[in-house]
Amino acid sequence: MGEKDGREAVIVADDVTMIFNIASERFNSLKEYFIAFMRHELRFKEFRALKNISFEVKRGEAFGLVGTNGSGKSTMLKIIAGVLDASEGSCTVTGTIAPLIELGAGFDPELTARENIYLNGALLGYRKEFIDERFDDIVDFAELADFMDMPLKNYSSGMVARIAFAIATITEPDILIVDETLSVGDFLFQQKCERRINELIASENVTVLLVSHSIELVERMCDRVAWIEKGDLRMLGPCAEVCEAYKHYQN
Amino acid sequence: MEPTSTADRSGAITRTTTSGKDAWYPEGKRDGFILRQLVTKDFKLKYRRSVLGIAWSVLNPLMMMIIMAAVFTRMMGRADESIPNFPLYIIIGNTAFNLMSDATSKGLMSIIDASPLLKKVKINRWVFPVQKVLFSVVNYAFSLIAVIAVMIFFRFAPSVYALYVIPGLFFLALFCIGLSLFLSCAAVFFRDVIHLWSVFLTAWTYVTPLFYSIKILPEWMQALEMFNPMYLYVTYLRDALLFQQAPSLELTLGCAAFAFGMLIVGYVVFRRHESKFILYI
Repeated sequence: MGEKDGREAVIVADDVTMIFNIASERFNSLKEYFIAFMRHELRFKEFRALKNISFEVKRGEAFGLVGTNGSGKSTMLKIIAGVLDASEGSCTVTGTIAPLIELGAGFDPELTARENIYLNGALLGYRKEFIDERFDDIVDFAELADFMDMPLKNYSSGMVARIAFAIATITEPDILIVDETLSVGDFLFQQKCERRINELIASENVTVLLVSHSIELVERMCDRVAWIEKGDLRMLGPCAEVCEAYKHYQN
Repeated sequence: MEPTSTADRSGAITRTTTSGKDAWYPEGKRDGFILRQLVTKDFKLKYRRSVLGIAWSVLNPLMMMIIMAAVFTRMMGRADESIPNFPLYIIIGNTAFNLMSDATSKGLMSIIDASPLLKKVKINRWVFPVQKVLFSVVNYAFSLIAVIAVMIFFRFAPSVYALYVIPGLFFLALFCIGLSLFLSCAAVFFRDVIHLWSVFLTAWTYVTPLFYSIKILPEWMQALEMFNPMYLYVTYLRDALLFQQAPSLELTLGCAAFAFGMLIVGYVVFRRHESKFILYI
C-alpha cells in the first residue's frame, strides 16, 4: 500500500453525511399530502444513513467497502457514482466511472444482446465508433458469440452479468465499480472477472471499488477496506486488518 | 464522471487502435447518441413481431380517420361550409393531437421507468422525457404519409403552404417537450398525476375542435379556444395543408408563445427538482 501513497486521490469523501426524511417517502398521493399538510403533520423523522464519513481512494488502488445489510454501503456507492447528493459534506470524484448494469437498468429484455450492447454503451457514455471497434472483444470476453441475436429475456441472469462486466471493463475507466451484480456469474466466469480486475489494477491507472458481501473476495482483491456499520465509518485501513475485525464482528 | 482529456494520460496499455481510455464522448456530447439509441429501441420494440410492422404508423391514423369521417361527416361536416375536405380536416387534427397525447403520456412515465438506471449511472435525466417526445415526432412523420395518402385519394393538390408544417411541428414538439418535462417530474412526487393525466387528455380531446368545426361552439367557447394550445397547433397545421394559406401572425405568435412558455416552465420545474428524484423513485 505504501507505494501508492504518493498518487493522486480519485475519490475524496469529505465528511459525508446523508439524511433521509423517512416521512417524506410516504406521500405518494396529493390527497395524503394535503391532509397531512392541513393537519400540520408534515414533520419528518430524520434518518442518518451516513454520518460524517471521510476517506480517500488513490489512483490504481483496489478499495473494498464492507458492512452488514442496511449499513449504508449502497448509499455511499450512490454518492460516489454521482446519482445522489450528500446532505452534508462533499464527495469529489475525478475521472470516468464504469458501473456494472443489471437487467432492467439499461438493458431491455426484448432487445437482442447485440442491440443491448449498443444501448448500454450509449447510456454509459461510450462513443459509437468505440463500440463498433470493440464489439468483438466484448462478445469474446462474455463468451456469448452464438447468442448475440437472441433477445435478452431468454438469457440467464449469469449471462447478462457476463455482458455487463464485458461492457464495463472493455474500457479503462478511472474507477470501476464492482458490486453484487457480478455474484450471479458461475465460478469460471467469476475467476475470469477476477483476472480481468487484477489486470486493470496492475495497469495502475484503474481504481477498483469493490462492494461485496463475500468477505473472501474482498480479502483476495483489495488493498484497503472501509467498513461502514449503521452509517458510521467503523474502520478504515489495510485489507487484512479490517477484514479480520469485520469477520470477528459477524461472529 | 467527467472524462479528462487524453493528453494528460500517458502509458495506457492498449491492444487495439482506440485506447480504452478514450472510450467516452466528452460530457455534453454523449446525449445525442443516447437519444438516438433510445428512440431506435422504442421503434424496434413497437413493431417487433408485427406482420405489417411500420406500416401501422400509416394505417392506424388512416383507419381512425375513416371511422371518424363515417361517424361525424353527417353530424358535423356540413355545419361549416368553409371546410373544403372533411376527412382531411379530421386526419390533420387527429394526428397532431395524437402526437401530443402519445408524447406526454409516455413522457409522463419516463423518469419512473428509468429509475433502475438513474439509481446507478450519472446521466442527464432530461434525455428520458425528451426522447419520448422525439419518438412521437418520428411516428408523426410516418402518419404524415397517411395524410398525403388522403390528399391523393381526394385529388387534393398540396401547395407551397404545406411547408408551414415544418415550423408548426417544431412549435408543437417544443410544447410537448416542455409538458413532458413538467409531467415526468410531477409524476415522480405524486403518482396521482398518472391517473389524472389520462382523464385530462380525454377531456382535452373533446374540447379541441378535432372532429367538429369551431363554429358549432357558442361564442364564449370560441373565444376560449384561443387559449387552447392544441387548437392553435391544429389550426396552424390545417392552414398549411387544408386551407392552403399562410397562418396568421396572431396564430403564429400564439403557437410560439405556448411552445416556448411551456418549454421554459417545464425546464425550470424539472431542473429545480431533478436532484430529489432519486429519493422518490
